[in-house]
Amino acid sequence: MAEYKGVMVYCEVSEGKLASIATELLGGGRKLADDLGQELYAVLAGSGISNLAKEAIAFGADKAYVVDDPLLTDYQTDSYVAVMEKVVKQITPQILILGQTSIGRDLAPRLAFRLNTAASLGCLELAIDPESKLLLQTKPVYGGNAQAVFTCDSFPQIATVRPKAMTPLERDESRQGEIINIDAGLDPSAIRTKVLEKVPEEIEGIRLEDAEVVVSGGRGMGSAEGFKQLEELARTLKGAVGATRPPCDNEWVPAGAQIGLTGKIVTPDLYIAVALSGSSQHMSGCSGSKTIVSINKDPEANIFREARFGVVGDWKKVIPAFTNKLKELLAE
Amino acid sequence: MNVIVCVKQVIDPEAPPASFKIDPSSNKVVPPQGISPVIDPYAEYAVEAALRIKDALGSKITAISLGTNQLRDIVKKPLAMGADELILLEDEAFNEGDSWSTAYALAMTIKKIGDYDIVFCGREASDWNAGQVGSGIAEILGLASVTLAKKIDITDGKARVERVTDEGYEVVELSLPALITVSNEIGEPRYPTIKGIMAAKKKEPMVWKPADIGVEASQIGAAGRHAKLLKLFQPVREAKCEIIEGENPEEAAVNLALKLREAKVL
Repeated sequence: MAEYKGVMVYCEVSEGKLASIATELLGGGRKLADDLGQELYAVLAGSGISNLAKEAIAFGADKAYVVDDPLLTDYQTDSYVAVMEKVVKQITPQILILGQTSIGRDLAPRLAFRLNTAASLGCLELAIDPESKLLLQTKPVYGGNAQAVFTCDSFPQIATVRPKAMTPLERDESRQGEIINIDAGLDPSAIRTKVLEKVPEEIEGIRLEDAEVVVSGGRGMGSAEGFKQLEELARTLKGAVGATRPPCDNEWVPAGAQIGLTGKIVTPDLYIAVALSGSSQHMSGCSGSKTIVSINKDPEANIFREARFGVVGDWKKVIPAFTNKLKELLAE
Repeated sequence: MNVIVCVKQVIDPEAPPASFKIDPSSNKVVPPQGISPVIDPYAEYAVEAALRIKDALGSKITAISLGTNQLRDIVKKPLAMGADELILLEDEAFNEGDSWSTAYALAMTIKKIGDYDIVFCGREASDWNAGQVGSGIAEILGLASVTLAKKIDITDGKARVERVTDEGYEVVELSLPALITVSNEIGEPRYPTIKGIMAAKKKEPMVWKPADIGVEASQIGAAGRHAKLLKLFQPVREAKCEIIEGENPEEAAVNLALKLREAKVL
């Protein structure tokens, strides 16, 4: 039986560059590899991506495996699972980590079943158990009401990690590493899907995930008009507007504004939660924010247990006065 | 068209956070008192996807639910919404499974049903949020799959699926049979009609045991697990919110702005 050794990171590519999730995972993977005293491998799969192997090394990998093939232009389950199956069987890593992204969420479970091992999806934290040396996989369950720690006895141990849960290393071009090409060896007839079209979501202003300030509204906003005031507040702070699920379901804001376990995950410096109760499912998308401020008329709302600062009051009275005062302060 | 949809009964995820309790000695969730379980909301999106195909093309929908203490009024909801048949996998041996043992039991059930064009699953379930059973079923049955669907159109034996991605969505085409996992972006599931509820009351679900689907006890439930649950816990909340006061809400708002400046948050 092959010996399983090393930590492997599946590196996503976005617009010709290493995706931010890839650099985060290389940072986190480096730590796991060091704890085990083993090597960190990066895997890059795609078409015309060979030049990124050096980047993966600059961000912490000891070895970068490259599978470059025109058949890998679009992510497709059949082709990517086949390629990763081949890579894993050849390299036999102990651990494989991927991003909790639309790619990782599709690739990780199917690959795990094919390799007869288990995966944990959407982990917040990965660590090596000092005794068993197994991967401790911590993830939110029950919609964020609880967290679970999983282990798996079969190799590779597979986990996907949520964006922004890990920190990239400083890019270091002097870092040395080995680049190895692997032939995709794909049979085009075995790819049973076809990607006809990719439609990007239209965003006005700053992307929620990139914003340093996020102003979020909940059910208590009552209408699309209510959110106009949050937009003004967000503009004042050069931030973006988010929401809990009910405003999205009621179409007061676009579905893409939803923050939470079933929506986006944000980690801004300042998160202003307005007229939202702070359900576990919502908090799971924003609890990584540096400072949470809550404005809610219900002093018993759960959000006050999560916030650093709070005002108990009707947002209709608080938000205009708050926005005006901020404008004044920021103009100074 | 024959459509299969996988559902399950879960603790109501909309129950107040305060009602959520864990028994640390057994690493299990204590079902909240007086709050009825529900059909997993993600599975309801899958039922809705199946019903839209039935509306458009006419089809027979078979729902499968695996679990214990399945309350008939709860698990019959897919029937009340418009599904035609319900199969319950009910046996002690199915208990305490993970994605592996659950996917295996469901795959073997689907294999026994045999005649199907599409299998729908929710993209994950609201209890363990594992997000793997759909892909697992597809792998075990060797089916092509698309995950995170928000729209499905069927023409000439092919499915055209809008799949939610981090950047927006993509349109994926594949031949049937196939497995599709459905995301919440598909839109709100329909409510059962009175007629649907009455029809569901009269309909008896089929109850299948491990032997009915040709599986060994060692392959399902706790025995068939690949992942080990080491610990289940509730994250500790830091309760140290500073409430900013004022004579009236407007003044509190001004004080909040000043406080944020003072704390160098701005």
